[in-house]
Amino acid sequence: MYNFKEIEMETALQTNIQTCYHCGDSCNDQPIVAHEKVFCCDGCKTVYELLEENNLCTYYSLEQNPGITGKQPVAESRFAYLDDAGVEAQLISFRNDSICKLTFYIPQMHCSSCIWLLENLFKLNPGVAETTVNFLRKEVAITYFHQRTTLREVVQLLARIGYEPAITLADTDGKKTKTQDRSIIYKLGIAGFCFGNVMLLAFPDYLAVTDSLQRSFGAFFAYLSLILSIPVFLYSARGFFTSAIEGIKQRMVNIDLPIAMGLLALFCVSLYQIFTATGPGYLDSFTGLVFFMLIGKYFQQKTYDTLSFDRDYTSYFPVSVTVLKENGEEESVAVRNLKVGDRIRLRNQELIPADAILLRGSAMIDYSFVSGESDPVEKVVGEVIYAGGRQVGESVELEVVKEVSQGYLTQLWNDSVFSKNEEKSVGTYANVAGKWFIIVTLIVAAGALVYWVPRDMDMAMKAFTSVLIIACPCALSLATPFVHGHTLRVFGKNKFYLKNTAVVETLAKIDTVVFDKTGTLTEPSAAEVSYTGKALTPEQERTILSVLRHSTHPLSQRISQDLKGEPLEVHNFQEFAGKGLSGEVNGQLVRVGSAAYLGVPVEKAKDALKTTVYVSLDGVVLGYYTFFNVYRHGLKEILHDLNDKKIAVLSGDNNHEEVRLKELLGEEAELSFNQSPVQKLEYIQSLKEQHHQVLMVGDGLNDAGALKQSDAGIALTNSITNFSPSCDAILDATAFDKLSKFLSFSRKTMNIILATFAVSLVYNVIGLTLAVQGLFSPIVSAILMPISSLSVIVFATLSVKIAAKRAGL
Amino acid sequence: MFIIFLLIGISVTVAGLFLGAFLWAVRSGQYDDDYTPAVRMLFENEGTAVKSKPAPDKV
Repeated sequence: MYNFKEIEMETALQTNIQTCYHCGDSCNDQPIVAHEKVFCCDGCKTVYELLEENNLCTYYSLEQNPGITGKQPVAESRFAYLDDAGVEAQLISFRNDSICKLTFYIPQMHCSSCIWLLENLFKLNPGVAETTVNFLRKEVAITYFHQRTTLREVVQLLARIGYEPAITLADTDGKKTKTQDRSIIYKLGIAGFCFGNVMLLAFPDYLAVTDSLQRSFGAFFAYLSLILSIPVFLYSARGFFTSAIEGIKQRMVNIDLPIAMGLLALFCVSLYQIFTATGPGYLDSFTGLVFFMLIGKYFQQKTYDTLSFDRDYTSYFPVSVTVLKENGEEESVAVRNLKVGDRIRLRNQELIPADAILLRGSAMIDYSFVSGESDPVEKVVGEVIYAGGRQVGESVELEVVKEVSQGYLTQLWNDSVFSKNEEKSVGTYANVAGKWFIIVTLIVAAGALVYWVPRDMDMAMKAFTSVLIIACPCALSLATPFVHGHTLRVFGKNKFYLKNTAVVETLAKIDTVVFDKTGTLTEPSAAEVSYTGKALTPEQERTILSVLRHSTHPLSQRISQDLKGEPLEVHNFQEFAGKGLSGEVNGQLVRVGSAAYLGVPVEKAKDALKTTVYVSLDGVVLGYYTFFNVYRHGLKEILHDLNDKKIAVLSGDNNHEEVRLKELLGEEAELSFNQSPVQKLEYIQSLKEQHHQVLMVGDGLNDAGALKQSDAGIALTNSITNFSPSCDAILDATAFDKLSKFLSFSRKTMNIILATFAVSLVYNVIGLTLAVQGLFSPIVSAILMPISSLSVIVFATLSVKIAAKRAGL
Repeated sequence: MFIIFLLIGISVTVAGLFLGAFLWAVRSGQYDDDYTPAVRMLFENEGTAVKSKPAPDKV
């Protein structure tokens, strides 16, 4: 955020470097000394005094300078909306006569001191009954007595000590489906309990010395194991059966079908053996397999709690905004109730909830939410400010021109083409393998039946069931989650965060990679600009600048940085996504945009290595700005490594980079320019219709539709906690040069699954042949059963680790 | 040999109690956060902190 290096050097020259006792920032030229401590600002000092007064200085002894900088004072009046009963009711999860409970997301939480302070909140406000922190989720659950304090007071206290909770529009939507699913843990616990006990009871079966014991108690043991296995069969293993049945209903074979058949066969044979007293059954194997497979499922389920892959605009919008009434009074109004014509006041760091005209104050709008640009854009009175920006600096007054639901941003998000048709992917590796499995298994089992039925009815049943049991592809269902789960972690370590484990498999199948150009292939902040054409007078520059200031497009912003002058009032401003913009200044029509947009003949744009933006005043083309794109570090290597795939680039810009891109990407690459967000989406759709597996890499809101439509959408971002459009994976921009490695590694993991599978198959076949010939003593097979499952897990884990090391990840 | 029935009965009951304790622990939310408690236990106990059970989710 701040560039402290320079300040640091300055102070280093003056005296020794002094850092703030509270937040650890370097103190500016005038450090505040109080209580024998140094503070960088009044905010930090105030927090310290508050904590000291309440005997909470342990905060500072747990970690060095744990505080959050207080440089930006919090305007407490903006929490007024929390007094509104409706807003309160939406935020609170539980309420009775004396207490209220609710959970806040506090992104500032970063160390153990934070945990300590937040959990001692009751010392600062006696109305707070209890606070419990979940550090990994950055959440704090608060219980307070609503007779002694209010929600607003609690939030204000949090804000005052630097931990302002993030309360967004999404929190009040009533979409609170965040309750954790614990059923997998219950299932696992029950399966583990039953497995252990059944195993113990099955032990006498396997040992020769316990023969007499088995004779007198065999039936008792068997029935007891049966009782223990029933909850496993009915509860723990239910997921496998329901998924298999669902598959059949949709006329599809998934991996769970052969598993369910195997489990069912195991259980039925055991039942039969126990009731007819012909044997002890295989209930130990049955419970064991369910237990191990559930471990795999549990492992697969863990994902990144703090990252959000399904964000929509509501997670960024505030709940309320300050509205100025006609008599000048301020009132907090829920954002949803904003009407056209309402005058609103925005303070530092507040988000613009609806498209509005600036009435008073000088606005510096940070549009990082919309375009990814972190440099704030200056706006003057009379300009339209689009929703989604964040005001930096003084407070400003605006008049709403469009309702929240009508704003440009909201419309873009709500566009129906942007929602992916949520079809479940059934073509996963495991499911395809499962299909072949069931076919082969059924043929073999039927063969055994046909062979044995005329000869020996008993043997026929035995052969039939044992084929089903042995062929149960438990190894596959064990290997997949473990290999994918570890891959997810390897990627996470390299700043590539997948939404879930299924994405690994999708990545492995990718044959087409589509890149967005601006901001993805190119470094957005590094473009250079030069102007060619008739020299512009300062007055003309000022006119052009005024129009450009309205645009959030990175190119407009880059050009405006080079233009001087005070912006003027602009009328009829219009932006045509991917083409250009127009506006009227003092009656002069200004048009800025691509050559196609201004009708400039293409031959005129000779220098094809550059992106150009043409400028015209009253229909006369004056000249053009040329951009030299700076491509991301490591792009050449990535493209070289991806040469076995079809590569395409979709750009909202014009085609003047074509030659240079061709050089980089090779002749076969498909380059499309002047693409609107919808065209990008349609391009992906058409690729998918040709049965390509498409990976889309994009960075901004204009790629949101394409990212959703592709098989795997990767959002590239400079900071993972920043805005990223909804996607399947988030890639930190610093790890962009590893993209091809990620793809090839996910392909490798598919081979690992195959190898794991082969290992266990060989295992099973050898084991079966030996067992059939009576070459195994029962105790050996009893030990081998769990070991074979464990060995699959160990093999999967180790191979992924080794492969990751070799791939340099 | 009646003792075997008795002992197995007792052992299964005890194990069942542990299973029950485990399920209760999961239900009361103790497995939801496996990081913060590890940090929390290192804090000094000055004064008597009001620590009660974490809020069970309404299911």
